[in-house]
Amino acid sequence: MLLNDSIKLAIGSLSSRRMRSFLTALGIAVGIASVVLLTSIGEGVHKFVLSEFTQFGTNLIAVTPGRATTTGISGAIISNVRPLSMDDALALERIPRVVAVAPFVQGNAPVEFGKHSRRSYIFGVGPEVPTVWRIKVAMGRFLPYDDPRAARAFAVLGSKLRDELFGSENPLDRRIRIGGERYRVIGVMESKGQMLGFDLDDAVYIPAARALAMFDRESLMEIDLLYAAGSTADEIAKKIKGLLIARHGAEDFTITTQEQMLDVLGSVLNILTLAVGALGGISLLVGSVGILTIMTIAVNERTAEIGLLRAIGARRRQILVLFLGEAVVLASIGGLAGLVIGAGGAWLLGAMVPALPTHTPWSYVVLAEILAGFIGLLAGVLPARHAANLDPIEALRAE
Amino acid sequence: MIYLAGIERIFQVGDEAVHALSNVNLTLNAGEYIAIMGPSGSGKSTLLNIIGLLDRPDRGVYRLEDVDTTDLTDDQQASVRRHKIGFVFQFFHLVPRLTAAENVELPLILAGVAPAERQPRVQAALSALGLSGRAKHRPDQLSGGQRQRVAIARATIMQPNVILADEPTGNLDRNSGKDVIQSLEDLNKKGMTLILVTHDPDLGSRALRKIQMVDGKILENTRAS
Repeated sequence: MLLNDSIKLAIGSLSSRRMRSFLTALGIAVGIASVVLLTSIGEGVHKFVLSEFTQFGTNLIAVTPGRATTTGISGAIISNVRPLSMDDALALERIPRVVAVAPFVQGNAPVEFGKHSRRSYIFGVGPEVPTVWRIKVAMGRFLPYDDPRAARAFAVLGSKLRDELFGSENPLDRRIRIGGERYRVIGVMESKGQMLGFDLDDAVYIPAARALAMFDRESLMEIDLLYAAGSTADEIAKKIKGLLIARHGAEDFTITTQEQMLDVLGSVLNILTLAVGALGGISLLVGSVGILTIMTIAVNERTAEIGLLRAIGARRRQILVLFLGEAVVLASIGGLAGLVIGAGGAWLLGAMVPALPTHTPWSYVVLAEILAGFIGLLAGVLPARHAANLDPIEALRAE
Repeated sequence: MIYLAGIERIFQVGDEAVHALSNVNLTLNAGEYIAIMGPSGSGKSTLLNIIGLLDRPDRGVYRLEDVDTTDLTDDQQASVRRHKIGFVFQFFHLVPRLTAAENVELPLILAGVAPAERQPRVQAALSALGLSGRAKHRPDQLSGGQRQRVAIARATIMQPNVILADEPTGNLDRNSGKDVIQSLEDLNKKGMTLILVTHDPDLGSRALRKIQMVDGKILENTRAS
């Protein structure tokens, strides 16, 4: 029997019972549509979150004080964690292939201008931050390359803070008070928007050493390093580790490369996508039970036909193929419709609710269609086997 | 060409073993026209099913064209049915959703014959039975006699050597029945062996050879001179 003929026969018998075939295919269509739609949303969120994190660049390495992996030593022992100092930051700058280093300390303090006052994030940073974090200066300039240990009292405003304090006035060269200290505004940053609910525009950037003093801290919270493209994160991380161990005497810091972070984040988000996809899979399961039911009914109804086919020389295998073919064609048509509905729904959702990012990866689409066909095969196996194993004489007698 | 010796077929009905066929011996030559007669339950359909390789005897030897069929596999039996045997049933057994032409085409499809070769063969088979104008009709648009002639066209499309007809007129009025018998006898004249199962004595008397069965045994085996 030719493949073409098997498919034609399957489509012929399905289209002779249009309503029933339509409803059964609809069950699969709904299942595939929900899988596609939900994974599209999952993938969209995945991409969205990753882009939030990579907006600072991907060649980043962060050094934070303290060991992240505990070794089980009780907290009662005096901590011998040494602070990450400005000197550490300066030393790291000298590592070859490190392009820029940004010390970072963050706090919260009132920012005052005239009668206006607002509590904002205070970012104590170095002059390299625009390069490392990929933020642009909208107006004026960023913090200058002063002696890091005795930096002048300059401040650069986030765009939102500038709006709040100055409105339409020109803020450049104006004096503001931050945590009671006087600063001169030398620049305004471009709006960077929110990152996971953390408003980067409602902030003021001041030299790190001044921020340390303001918050009475010894240690930087983080040192971010940008390395040249072409080097691997691991080899740079190894050099940082060597340098800091030499300076601190022990490994009392943690190095997190952007790659590692994205890996961890990516795997978490993959599980999220998988989980919502599995939810859609439940409706797919229901759809496949529909196929099983309809094929069982079809085999019972067409017992006489099966008997006839056996009498005119059909092998058991051919009967099996015919009924399996019907189940697979049914599921594939349903799957195709589901793909259109699911991908269309995802697109529509993305167009109507721009805040909800959706993304339909083509590999998922192909996978979903293969899955639909496979489900048809699986759901068709039992009824088709039953049909193939019918006794031809008994089958012919049924009418 | 058909050689049956010591055929036994036993069905288990509850606790009882029913001998549907017991010690049946029969030899048929190619091109014969034979009627198997007898009351219902006499085993004539079982005998037909065994000859048609739809059933296997519990004991005995069945040789079809000098091939021992008792140890053929399921697939081999299917292949023999496809190429050497044509079935005609009382209830026609046409596939209701297929047209007359598509019903006739079925054995060719199962045999994997190329579509280009199938069309002329189907046309020829239909016109040989006077059904050229009905090729596109579905079974429910055809009369009983026409349906049975479509079934005959289907049974002969593979050019089998043997036609097995189980009460082919049982569901037809007298006139259509006559047409159908005429069609079958025409095939026999062209050299196909025709085995007819019936309990209509008029029909049986047309055959050149008559077998009377009772209780699974051949009672009479007469040849018209």
